[in-house]
Amino acid sequence: MITLEHIYWLSGLMMAGVAIVNWRDRSNRRRFNNTAFWGIYAVTFLVGSYLPDVVNGFLVIGMVLVASIRGLGQSGRESSSREEREAGAGRWGNKLFIPALAIPIVTVFGTIVFRRVSIAGMPLVDVKQVTVISLAIATLVALAIGMAMLRPPASAPITEARRLLDAVGWAAVLPQMLAALGALFAVAGVGNVISGLAQRWIPLDHPAAVVTTYAVGMALFTMIMGNAFAAFPVMTAGIGLPLIVQKFGGDPTIMAAIGMLSGFCGTLMTPMAANFNIVPTALLELPDENAVIKVQIPTALVLLGANILLMNFLVFRR
Amino acid sequence: MLTLIGVAVVVIGFVLRINPLLVVTVAGLATGIASGLGPLAVVAAFGKAFITSRYVAIVWLVLPVIGLLEHAGLKERARTVVSGFRAATTSRVLLIYFVVRQITAALGLTSLGGHAQMVRPLIAPMAEGAAENKYGELPQKVRLWIRANAAAVDNVALFFGEDIFIAIGSILLIKGFLDQNGIHVEPAQLAIWAIPTAISAMIIHCTRLLLMERRLRRDVAAERDSG
Repeated sequence: MITLEHIYWLSGLMMAGVAIVNWRDRSNRRRFNNTAFWGIYAVTFLVGSYLPDVVNGFLVIGMVLVASIRGLGQSGRESSSREEREAGAGRWGNKLFIPALAIPIVTVFGTIVFRRVSIAGMPLVDVKQVTVISLAIATLVALAIGMAMLRPPASAPITEARRLLDAVGWAAVLPQMLAALGALFAVAGVGNVISGLAQRWIPLDHPAAVVTTYAVGMALFTMIMGNAFAAFPVMTAGIGLPLIVQKFGGDPTIMAAIGMLSGFCGTLMTPMAANFNIVPTALLELPDENAVIKVQIPTALVLLGANILLMNFLVFRR
Repeated sequence: MLTLIGVAVVVIGFVLRINPLLVVTVAGLATGIASGLGPLAVVAAFGKAFITSRYVAIVWLVLPVIGLLEHAGLKERARTVVSGFRAATTSRVLLIYFVVRQITAALGLTSLGGHAQMVRPLIAPMAEGAAENKYGELPQKVRLWIRANAAAVDNVALFFGEDIFIAIGSILLIKGFLDQNGIHVEPAQLAIWAIPTAISAMIIHCTRLLLMERRLRRDVAAERDSG
């Protein structure tokens, strides 16, 4: 059975390759920092499941120190000039889209098909993780098509991955760090403290005030945690269920559905949701790391207002 | 109250623009110590949480093939294709992507998009190409603003589309949480009540995309005058 562990090995091999290419590239003045950063990251993928937790903890701290104190660099060499790429675009034409579109198509196909495929009674892939495993397999299929079509040197995929990964830099690891922070927040009970504060300080004796507090609280708490999934249980147990449902007789289904989406409005406005808001600024080479958030804030605020109105209007009708 | 020290570290760190990796690590360690764990136990808890969150990073596996295709001119080709359509404007390119992304996400096809595999190699170059078509070479500021908008479209359309699909993580989380509290709801009902917000999101964001073209024209003219 293909499990997440196998996909982690694949990721680890890619990161190790990126570390090696960096090590050999003399045009980057900080090449050894990059090597150390991606090399340690490779270790956490390859053997992280087998190491003691505390060793993993120190590996992560080591990565953070390399990235924040020593700093990562980028290669001084461009892998291709604009003229070369223009020529390539002319030569290959729309065929270039085939491998690119193979990624989403194979992923979707995989999520549907792999659920049903089993060999000798064992499912072919871990059904609980079918989406990420399908994505990983899709990237391999797309890479195979790309290699067969373009016939580049065998080292090209890894040197190109290095180019993009170094362009993203430490931001590539931030989403994972934030997920880890969220887990620690949950263990420490950060959520309960916050919902306690909200209950103590906000006047909650009018239905509209409660609905507004719940929706705004979902958005704000999501901004702090970076994730509406972390905010939802806390706000709903603290404000939603005791006040909106039990005290004022609101409909729990409508409250929960619109409450979660109010949290998503918060996701649009916070650097803590790094994979949606910070990683794309790195991928798109935007110098301002808040550029995507700035574009999203007007939509998020208007939509949060719409959610409050919708919940007020819908939740108390039966 | 000491439990909130991690939140305080995060807010201060982001405001002072300290390296976010460092900020998050310090916040995590401080939260652990405030909740009464010993130093080594905190490091272990952090290491464990980091290792169990590795699935977040699987998306980087798309980089070898995307890099390969970019090297061969994928972005340039995406621009050329758009310039073949006279009617293509930045607004319309993003509007079409928004609608397709939201509807496919609502059908559960959330992986038909994403920043690394769609926005960077295809959507952003197409949106830029459409603007170049109309206004010629773009000022750098305008170019960056168009890219930020392309990323935002992917996010907004995904967030407010996926909740209409009944087997998505957030719906399952809601159902699980309410079940624990003795309230039994149908996933299909939850999905239906996500529709009013989804429609609102589409109206709000598409209106902004339609207005984008006007700002684009103004900004290009203003940057030209000043430059």
